[in-house]
Amino acid sequence: MADDDEIILSELSDDELVLQMHDDLYDGMKPEIEEGVNILLERGWEPYEVLTKALVGGMTIVGNDFRDGILFVPEVLLAANAMKGGMAILKPLLAETGAPKVGKMVIGTVKGDIHDIGKNLVGMMMEGAGFEVIDLGINNAADKYIEALKSEGADILGMSALLTTTMPYMKVVIDSLVEMGIRDDYIVLVGGAPLNEEFGKAIGADAYCRDAAVAVETAKSFIARKHNQMKA
Amino acid sequence: MTPPPASPPAAPDDRTLTETGLAASGKGRVLILACGALAHEILALIRMNGWDHLDLTCLPAILHNRPEKITAAVEAAVARHRAGYERIFVAYADCGTGGKLAAACKRLGLEMIAGPHCYAFYDGLAAFEARGEVTSFYLTDFLARQFETFVWKPLGLDRHPELLEMYFGNYETLVYLAQTEDPALDAKARSYAERLGLAYERRFTGMGDLATTLERLSS
Repeated sequence: MADDDEIILSELSDDELVLQMHDDLYDGMKPEIEEGVNILLERGWEPYEVLTKALVGGMTIVGNDFRDGILFVPEVLLAANAMKGGMAILKPLLAETGAPKVGKMVIGTVKGDIHDIGKNLVGMMMEGAGFEVIDLGINNAADKYIEALKSEGADILGMSALLTTTMPYMKVVIDSLVEMGIRDDYIVLVGGAPLNEEFGKAIGADAYCRDAAVAVETAKSFIARKHNQMKA
Repeated sequence: MTPPPASPPAAPDDRTLTETGLAASGKGRVLILACGALAHEILALIRMNGWDHLDLTCLPAILHNRPEKITAAVEAAVARHRAGYERIFVAYADCGTGGKLAAACKRLGLEMIAGPHCYAFYDGLAAFEARGEVTSFYLTDFLARQFETFVWKPLGLDRHPELLEMYFGNYETLVYLAQTEDPALDAKARSYAERLGLAYERRFTGMGDLATTLERLSS
């Protein structure tokens, strides 16, 4: 027998459906998110609108509750996994419809470090915010970052590390950029559990980002500043 | 006739060490302020060597999973105990504090264990560094006994085994750094490796640099 309280997504109004998708993201319900994305697209929503209102809006709530200690890593991962399902549908459509591109980011976990959960979350949220993300994966040496920054014409370098032993490698990368005289060509953002603002400053990064939401806001504000400088 | 030195108390059970830690006995001139995960080993070293000038207090071992809370917890414990001892030694390595614990110890004029974490000092700092094992996930005796509490449940794998790949997909080997010869624990650690989908290696370390560090403290 069907549950009387079962919610039929296709019967909800647009506003109700978006709110329901926020709930479903919060609960990590990937099939429901995929269904919700398809329904909104069928109703004529622009892919970018689905992305920002339904997915990013929902993940922002998840991010806030993680920051406030209401949600923990497993729940955030489930939510991210659900968002990934929605993103997989939207990504090719976003490319086709020429959704706005805010900037380009090269991101990767540093040499000697294989932890990528935080890095993947940041990458996904950056994509959600309209950035193009070139993900170099894990265990990246300085030359790999630098090569990608140049070949991709990126605006931002994002480096991640989970280990106390690997986080100093971020300075190696930044020092290489300085030596090559290209440090100021890029916005350098760093993050990872053992890092802090002081460390970010000490190694010469532009900013330390505590979590994915902060990374997105920081990246947006640096890009806006860069554009203002170019106009001036 | 001089009475033999009093034995230190036995360590409480692992659950108490995980959640509560260990209170100092109040005996001894030097206090070791340690992670609860090291209690059994430190008490064994004290007992074995007759270091009756050493007292031990432990913070809850579960702080291992919340490294951002370690520094403040150590500072508070030092403030509580400072007046009662000639000296306090902090038996923590960096343990994921990103240098914050080292900075606090420096400020407070306290020594701590060198290196990034207990895996490194059990294995021996130089050896650990030389191995450069990027894709290894480590367990110690304590963590092998408390795998469910420290790994499986907090990562939500008891409720969501589908997250396994996200957490452990980049790892290759579970290395069990054994402090003792314990075939039952070896079998447990091996079963955890299987559960995580990783190759298994048991490496006997004994007390590693923990023993030499405490020896120095006692000389």
